[in-house]
Amino acid sequence: MLKTFPKGGVHPSENKITAGTAIEVLPLPKQVIIPLSQHIGAPAKPVVAKGDKVKTGQVIASSQGFVSANIHSSVSGKVLKIDKAINSSGYKQVSVIINVEDDEWLDTIDRTGKLKTEIVLTGEEIVKKCAENGIVGMGGATFPTHIKLTVPPGKKCDVLIINGVECEPYLTSDHRIMIEKGREMLTGTRILMKALGVSKGMIGIESNKPDAIAHLNSIASGFEGITVHPLKVKYPQGGEKQLIKALTNREVPSGKLPVDVGAVVHNVGTAYAVYEAVQLNKPLIERVVTVTGKDIEKPGNMLVRIGTPLRSVVDAAGGVPENTGKIVNGGPMMGKAINSLDVPVTKGTSGVILFSVDESKRKATNPCIRCGKCVSVCPLGLEPYLLMTLTEKEFYDRVEKEKVMDCIECGSCSYICPADRPLLDYIRLGKSETGKRIRERKQK
Amino acid sequence: MNELLKVSPSPHVYSRESSPRLMYGVVIALMPAQLAMIWFFGWAAIIVTAISVTSTVIFEYLIQKFLFKQTPSIKDGSAIVTGLLLAFCLPVNLPAGLIILGALVAIGIGKLTFGGLGNNPFNPALVGRVFLFLSFPVQMTTWPVPNGFKTSFTDATTGATPLSILNENYDKIPIDQLMTDQTFNMPGYRDIFWGNMGGSAGEIAAFALIAGLAYLLIRKIISWHIPASILVTVLLFTGILWLANPGNNADPLYHLMTGGLLLGAIFMATDYVTSPMSAKGMVIYGIGIGVLTVLIRRFGAYPEGIQFAILIMNAVTPLINIYIKPSRFGEEVKHV
Ligand code: SF4
Ligand code: SF4
Repeated sequence: MLKTFPKGGVHPSENKITAGTAIEVLPLPKQVIIPLSQHIGAPAKPVVAKGDKVKTGQVIASSQGFVSANIHSSVSGKVLKIDKAINSSGYKQVSVIINVEDDEWLDTIDRTGKLKTEIVLTGEEIVKKCAENGIVGMGGATFPTHIKLTVPPGKKCDVLIINGVECEPYLTSDHRIMIEKGREMLTGTRILMKALGVSKGMIGIESNKPDAIAHLNSIASGFEGITVHPLKVKYPQGGEKQLIKALTNREVPSGKLPVDVGAVVHNVGTAYAVYEAVQLNKPLIERVVTVTGKDIEKPGNMLVRIGTPLRSVVDAAGGVPENTGKIVNGGPMMGKAINSLDVPVTKGTSGVILFSVDESKRKATNPCIRCGKCVSVCPLGLEPYLLMTLTEKEFYDRVEKEKVMDCIECGSCSYICPADRPLLDYIRLGKSETGKRIRERKQK
Repeated sequence: MNELLKVSPSPHVYSRESSPRLMYGVVIALMPAQLAMIWFFGWAAIIVTAISVTSTVIFEYLIQKFLFKQTPSIKDGSAIVTGLLLAFCLPVNLPAGLIILGALVAIGIGKLTFGGLGNNPFNPALVGRVFLFLSFPVQMTTWPVPNGFKTSFTDATTGATPLSILNENYDKIPIDQLMTDQTFNMPGYRDIFWGNMGGSAGEIAAFALIAGLAYLLIRKIISWHIPASILVTVLLFTGILWLANPGNNADPLYHLMTGGLLLGAIFMATDYVTSPMSAKGMVIYGIGIGVLTVLIRRFGAYPEGIQFAILIMNAVTPLINIYIKPSRFGEEVKHV
């Protein structure tokens, strides 16, 4: 029996159309739009000005405060302006807009393409390198990596978990990295283990990626302490708490962090980025993006420079099909629908999915038949139908008592509901109201 | 891309499940029992079902349209399920007028007065059935002997159910004698498994109901919690009684396959609307039904208890939903 997390979960159609498509390098765009906030925490502060010449890999905005990350130029060229531009959430946000000229890299970056498995830096130096190179979590949460590598005083971490689950349907970027950059990724894992001071690294992969499991198993013996663990396919296994539970049977208590149970989770893409940052001195300036959809002409996995407009990425895959109704940035379960292809690829963009008009329709809401399915699929053991009703009625005290803040917004409840009720929509509202009330209480 | 793009919050994909699909799934699961019913009772079975289902659907339509001025929701299939379940727990020789009355009570009082699907506290079919049972006890307890298409449902060849024979004779005649004495004509295990005994239309064929249960579980229309907890509770409870006093109690297997237990545990107690939401709650609800059923069967005035047991636990369901929370993730610290 394959391991998995025990509580809740759903199994949406996998639709991993691009699982067998090798990563392709996307040609440079004419212009990049690099937002200054691509991570959780304070936006970075620009250190270049209009008209400046920049090289590929050069810092263009520096991290502000502890929870923040450096931003680098992903191309060489001239800064056109620093101005507000629309981002994937639909908000305008300060971005550095650069017109691309040539592709001149900083010469500190190792571009020989040689595999470097020997780790010479100390733990502290590794953390510093990650911070300098603007590494953030690439699974979508974009939490600055150097912070996750700093175990808070008094806490002890004994296992590093690498998330190769990729439980979102459609997305295959992590899958391809594991197959094509397996050794680099495993070296990155070793680096992360060294920084955290742990001797155990577990890679969790869902069993729908047998080729990745086989490949990593065949090379993992060369990397001390790393083991590969096939997992039963079940969404949301990629959720930190779910993955920790599946692999180690430890349950992160409500309101606590993984490190409280001695675990730290990083994504496959992050491990690869850490390899590049630490071994090659290469900042986070490009990432693998899955471009997919049932009607798209040439779906694929592309290596894209940060700041490239999504339009260029979609064009390279054959352009937007005629009947497109919705474009989603990220996975179909947790990604955001965008209203324009002018938004740029950022550090957290794992994929872009084009849905047809039919696929993007939302069905009319029906009365709750009290089937309890939302309760049985919630991986956190919440009662979505109740949270929705309580939020509708604005009973926020009870919403809080029913643990709305534990919700990871995985969408399993809305996915399963036979009455097509907008459960998560209301729960999000309940969460943001409750969050506001908790903050107000703290201020008093 | 001529049209405007849609933007909506995640998730962007949905399961294929819908309320009507679930309801029609239940209808399919009831079909083996329906066929068994026709096998045993012939035309009578077809007529009872036809009258019951037509009445529930028509009443739902009329009441919603003309009384409440709502858009009728008969397409969701829940009225059909109610109609079928009602037919299943009636004797097949019940006069048509009573069936129609039962359907009116089931839909009108049992379901729509509370606001329709999703809001009714009691299982509508059971409300109809219990109403008829209390108002017309004689007609509701006159069961024809199954005889296929030759079943006569006008003359008085009615057979008592095994449970009613047991109920009348507990503590009077030892079980062994009841079972072997030809005058009582108690059905053997083979008969109760295949359904060859007196009883309501759809509740007698154990194997057909179990086939329906398998379908419900495979299609994930229901989870195992409710039927399993009811059946296990009944087995344990009757088992204890039987072991304590084998001379005066029917054995657990006999209890399991006679009367409306299987129909109730598989199809009535599992009604979404009137059963608890969480797995823990479902188990408590199931145990409650099991215990009450045995108490009524063995010590109460009625030979059969499952219907009352379900209605009582229906009433407790809101409390269960409030006080029995699913076990939350990360509730207790488990650090290995
Ligand atoms: S309530 Fe939150 S955590 Fe639970 S299923 Fe819904 S979205 Fe997921
Ligand atoms: S899944 Fe939908 S219909 Fe079922 S209980 Fe939850 S909200 Fe109600």
